[in-house]
Amino acid sequence: MKSSRGGALHPLIELTLARLRELIREPEALFWAFVFPIVMSVAMAVAFPSSGNRPVAVGVLSGPTAEAAMRALAAAPGVAPRTVDEAAGLRALREGAVDVLVVPSEPPEYHFDPGRPESRLARLLVDERLKGAAGRVEPWTARDQPVTVPGSRYVDWLIPGLVGMGIMSTGVWGIAFSIVQARTRKLLKRMVASPMRKSQYLLAQVLARMVFLAPEVALPLLFGVYVLGMPIQGSVSAILGVSIVGALAFGGIGLLIGSRVKTFEAVSGLVNLVLLPMWIASGVFFSASKFPAAVQPLVQALPLTAVVDALRAVILEGAPLRAVAGELTLLAVWGVVPFLVALRIFRWR
Amino acid sequence: MADFALRCEGLRKHYGDVVAVDGLSLSVSRGECFGLLGPNGAGKTTTIEILEGLLAPDAGDVEVLGLRWASHERELRERLGIQLQETQLADKLSVEETLRLFRSFYVRGREVSALLRLVELEGKRTSWVSQLSGGQKQRLSVACALAGAPDLLFLDEPTTGLDPQSRRQLWGVLERFRADGGTILLTTHSMDEAEALCNRVAIVDRGKVIAQGSPQDLIASLGAPKVVTTQGTLEDVFMTLTGRHLREE
Repeated sequence: MKSSRGGALHPLIELTLARLRELIREPEALFWAFVFPIVMSVAMAVAFPSSGNRPVAVGVLSGPTAEAAMRALAAAPGVAPRTVDEAAGLRALREGAVDVLVVPSEPPEYHFDPGRPESRLARLLVDERLKGAAGRVEPWTARDQPVTVPGSRYVDWLIPGLVGMGIMSTGVWGIAFSIVQARTRKLLKRMVASPMRKSQYLLAQVLARMVFLAPEVALPLLFGVYVLGMPIQGSVSAILGVSIVGALAFGGIGLLIGSRVKTFEAVSGLVNLVLLPMWIASGVFFSASKFPAAVQPLVQALPLTAVVDALRAVILEGAPLRAVAGELTLLAVWGVVPFLVALRIFRWR
Repeated sequence: MADFALRCEGLRKHYGDVVAVDGLSLSVSRGECFGLLGPNGAGKTTTIEILEGLLAPDAGDVEVLGLRWASHERELRERLGIQLQETQLADKLSVEETLRLFRSFYVRGREVSALLRLVELEGKRTSWVSQLSGGQKQRLSVACALAGAPDLLFLDEPTTGLDPQSRRQLWGVLERFRADGGTILLTTHSMDEAEALCNRVAIVDRGKVIAQGSPQDLIASLGAPKVVTTQGTLEDVFMTLTGRHLREE
């Protein structure tokens, strides 16, 4: 069959295919896009296990009266008592291996660390148990209704952050690098010497990025759901919506970074300069709200903050897209303004 | 009206204090193979890039296929084939994928399979560019320039760095293009290349054309060869005119 372009497809499709082929033939790019977020979430899940179900660790100083205290504490749910001698007990307390150290005298004496919330809690719990064992009459026994909020673990909170970070890194690195590579190899110059439309070249970069987005967002989320038991409250379309707008924003930034630079050293420096503040300030690993109020307007204006906040709202709280309209608007601005500036200052030769 | 494929008049281009092209004029007829000959730094690349519409001259007038860059850039891009000196094609695309990409930019032109045959790369169709030899890469680069079935082909030092066999293969491709009625403008600092391919050459030195004509006429203009047993060459012409070797920097 003779096509109108001699066996080739529409230039926009050929340009997008060329970019995709280069991407999938680059093992490093695949590692950072797909493997890294999973490795990271596993590492974080291991390093910061959920603390909710951990029993309270209580050290009881050994001695003649230790046995009664041990019996009273062992009968209580959620308490793990053990006898220790004084030196070992104090060391364990200091290291966090026990939350409270009980000297079983009459009245008992508690050693605990008021700077640690779990240590203060352990002291209250132990005091309660020992008073009950000593014969205190309880005014009532409350009917407890324990509620387990799904998605409240650190790893559940972390995964949307890692997905947001992936959208940023792959978008900015991928686009800026491929443009600078084409420029240093004089391939850009060669292409603008042909009738290729410049707008189609730039559009193809963004389109190729979009094709990669779906697996890049889905893989860590599926891993979270099926391996780590992370719940997803929001709709798939809302997650995709946030991801697409986020990817466009970082696509625009990547394009701007790559628009004039001529060397790999310069583009690496620029990308790091732009991305590093966001890794730290945008709340991927810990909440951005921990930064002082004075810098909050800056933190909130960062595109990664907007992507991560919107993804968490959609994934963990089931928010619909309109609930994150503010974040999406900010991201649209981050996408459009750098794109327009990049088009103006782009160096083709 | 003379049927010029290309004409330029009084081209000037400087970079800072360095004058790269200094009032250069030439004309190329349709169907010719015209060579710009000169040592490195003579202004060949700057001149050809001005003619290709990739650089704006400081002064001078350029007419390509009877059209001007300012008013007919799109049409010219469709009708010209351009091969640049330093382009490295994408390493991780195959020969066929690279050709398809370049072919897609042109509205009219040859079939990708015909281009592969033309440059004798059918056997390397699925190989990545990174796996090609220097000569094969250069033939692929010329195939990309031929993708739009151009009327005029620009080549900037097409065989520099190639072994003799690869050079001959590339010359064969260019001769076939010319046999089909194409016009070629190439730069080279290789004498035998100019003698083998070009029916006319301009010798360029310090941004100016210092001699122009067919290789035979230029050699003949030297008069009797100094040594009876040696035929004159373009190398001799250049040395006589400038007192320097062509290969000198």
